[in-house]
Amino acid sequence: MATTSSPVAPPLRRPSANRVGLVLLLVLAYGLVPLVGTSYLYEAILTPFLALSLAALGLNLLTGYAGQLSLGSSAFMALGAYAAFNLSLRLPVLPLPVTLVLAGLVSALAGLIAGLPALRLRGFYLAVSTLAVQFFVAWVLNRFGWLSNDSPSGVVSAPPLVIAGLSFEDARGRYLVSLTVVSLLTLFAWRLVASPTGRSFVAVRDNETAARVIGVEVARTKLLAFALSSFIVGIAGVLWAFAYLRTVEPAGFNLDRSFQILFIVIIGGLGTLRGAFLGAGLIVVLPLLLSRLGAALLGDGFDSGTLEMGQRIALGGLIVAFLIREPAGLVALLDRAVRRVRRPA
Amino acid sequence: MNAFLAVDAVSLGFGGAVALDSVDLSVAKGEIHAVIGPNGAGKSSLLNAISGLYRPDSGTIRIADDGFSRVPTKRLAELGVARTFQNLALFKGLSVLDTVMAGLVHRQSAGLAAQIFGLPAARREAREHRERAEAVIASLDLADVRDRLAGTLPYGVQKRVELARALVARPRLLLLDEPMAGMTATEKQRMSGYIRAARVSSGTTIVLIEHDIGVVMSLSDRVTVLDHGRRIASGTPAEVQADPAVLAAYLGLAFDEEAA
Amino acid sequence: MNPDLAFLVEVLVGGLLSGVMYALVAIGFVLIYKTSGVLNFAQGAMLLFAALTFVSLTERGVPFAGAFAATLGVMVLLGLTIERAVLRPLVNQPPITLFMATLGVAYVIEGAAQLAWGTQVHGLDLGIDDTPMDIAGILVSRFDLFAAAVAGLMVAILSLFFRYTRTGLAFRAVADDPLAALNTGLRLPRIWAAVWIASGLVALIAGLLWGARLGVQFSLSLVVLKALPVLVLGGFDSILGAIVAGLIVGAVEKLSEVYLGPVIGGGIEGWIAYVAALGFLLLKPSGLFGLRSVERV
Repeated sequence: MATTSSPVAPPLRRPSANRVGLVLLLVLAYGLVPLVGTSYLYEAILTPFLALSLAALGLNLLTGYAGQLSLGSSAFMALGAYAAFNLSLRLPVLPLPVTLVLAGLVSALAGLIAGLPALRLRGFYLAVSTLAVQFFVAWVLNRFGWLSNDSPSGVVSAPPLVIAGLSFEDARGRYLVSLTVVSLLTLFAWRLVASPTGRSFVAVRDNETAARVIGVEVARTKLLAFALSSFIVGIAGVLWAFAYLRTVEPAGFNLDRSFQILFIVIIGGLGTLRGAFLGAGLIVVLPLLLSRLGAALLGDGFDSGTLEMGQRIALGGLIVAFLIREPAGLVALLDRAVRRVRRPA
Repeated sequence: MNAFLAVDAVSLGFGGAVALDSVDLSVAKGEIHAVIGPNGAGKSSLLNAISGLYRPDSGTIRIADDGFSRVPTKRLAELGVARTFQNLALFKGLSVLDTVMAGLVHRQSAGLAAQIFGLPAARREAREHRERAEAVIASLDLADVRDRLAGTLPYGVQKRVELARALVARPRLLLLDEPMAGMTATEKQRMSGYIRAARVSSGTTIVLIEHDIGVVMSLSDRVTVLDHGRRIASGTPAEVQADPAVLAAYLGLAFDEEAA
Repeated sequence: MNPDLAFLVEVLVGGLLSGVMYALVAIGFVLIYKTSGVLNFAQGAMLLFAALTFVSLTERGVPFAGAFAATLGVMVLLGLTIERAVLRPLVNQPPITLFMATLGVAYVIEGAAQLAWGTQVHGLDLGIDDTPMDIAGILVSRFDLFAAAVAGLMVAILSLFFRYTRTGLAFRAVADDPLAALNTGLRLPRIWAAVWIASGLVALIAGLLWGARLGVQFSLSLVVLKALPVLVLGGFDSILGAIVAGLIVGAVEKLSEVYLGPVIGGGIEGWIAYVAALGFLLLKPSGLFGLRSVERV
């Protein structure tokens, strides 16, 4: 009786179907999009979408998987961007991929330090300590002009994207670089959450005492989550500055950006990798939709100020609606839709 | 004396309230030892002290050859101690298989890079751990729910999953805090069977807290009775049952306990 | 008095008085946290909304008392709406979920306030002379003194309310032990409603004082960020803690701005309070007045 080899209930995961979908997506992103894309598509939608997805992916490792709420994500984006800027300015011999990895490591190191309070603090106290990181980093970047090459305005241009002698300066090139970086790091994150270490993240999130009793090194696991998350968020910051904005400046990495990334994770789905992409997609498309909608409804009365306020209301409303109606996020909505389509077959 | 677990004069208080008052407990290797007593007698506090979640105010706890004034919870798994909790302490976001594999986390030796890049050492280790987890899952009849999230299962099944997470480590000492609470008579029978099997298969020493006197009498080799944080009796089930102090303090309450 | 010492005292008093303003915001958080375990991030947005509504009404010629009453009515409505539409459906959810919901609420209120009343900066004159007063050789801002007096009055009214009214007593019972309070038949929803009304009132008063100080504009909602270190230091559930920690944070900020600023650079008031509060907490995890809670397993 003890050797039931064939499970009665069908397994919830269907790796084969997922894998086919993933390959299709990559074929689409690498094959079709570069053939038909316009520079508006790349610059206004795809590149910011990729950078925000990556940042949300990083935050999701920390908050969604390891259960440590951070309100300071954009500080790590800023650290990554500034580290990459200074590395490429002062060590121009380094190839871009190396600069990217080093920038991620700088951010990871900062994440490790920012994670230290997590060993003593929980919940809101920890969340507030991540706000301290947010404000401290902003201060450091403004205070030391050397970090922005003593530019009087504090705004500096990002260096050109050149890899192995090939220029990726045009809109499509920057999209392709972003896509590649995001694909590789998503693979990394996917391997991580499926590994025993990823299991320990969830164990610490769901029941810290039980995790400690079975031998999870809780302190090490939390610090690792902070470091790995910050590594990814830092590289997302490099993409945001180098591939999307083309400039590096502290203003782009403020508290609103941190909240935006948290919102992406909530809307997309905490503790899922796909959620980061679904949430980022919605957040990027939302203002475009709202401006079309507003212009159609209000005509000339619809200015950029109204749009910004409307956007704020819509975003806040979405968060509340998702938390009440679908706490598992867009991922859960999508899964349910897929199941409904499959059932008749 | 060749006790595997020896609790010696352990006292514990919470801001004035006494939870344990110089409690002794001696459990021989391979024994199934029940701890009984009315609510608030200090049973869970005793288990929490043995697993290091509480720090005793005085007294020592010896596990195999190591004596502690506070058992280091971090090293618990390494010492060969596993436990379950009175109120379920599962990881509700992990599948049953992942939950049980998590019980082997202290055996994990492959590094992070090896895990992520799928190096041979990490792959071999993952396969071994998976096989061990599958074996325990099969022996506790959990194969049907192997891929379900632990948090979505019925209460009785969750209790079994928690036992599986503890057993997969093949502990030398197993602490069970009310493993059969809220179960039907049939479920209790099955659970007793799993607990006995664990002792047979790996010689595990077991300490369990249980309210159902019938279960205690049939399952355990020895019984310790606590009341108001003090040990009032210890011996074989028959001896304890005949002890006048126990009758006075406990059996009068047995009816209420059953009802609760 | 030694001029250096006089200057130190002046800085200290200025800091303590601005600390009162922080405490004022923090109390709004504590009221809600104590009864429902929600860290209401929308407190700053409510403050902005109150100040904007009030100033827009007075600019349209509504007299002070009328504008105050009307704004109070709006705040009561707003508080009740948030409680009913957002937090009631989320009851029994983890605290972090509730917190994120209030973050969403903050966005909605900020957007709505500015959509309704515009984004320009409004001056708000409460008719208080802000020339410094000379007390024993130390210059003290009249406005700060007034703000401290108002804050003191408000705390007094709140504590009278909690001591002598039925709802107030119920509030204290709920704050002490929600489960027991529920068992004895207290009606939690009614208490939550009362608490949200109270926090709307606190937001109005804090909004007027802060608005008079900084001008009524979007950045007013960011005073919430000044209240967080106060809450970390004083504990999320203690009104006394909020007051004492507010004073400490105000003093630390001013002193470090004056004495530390020239050494390590200006603008440190954005983070120094956080670092100080967290440093203290790491040394003494139970906070200023907190009790060590026993973890039950």
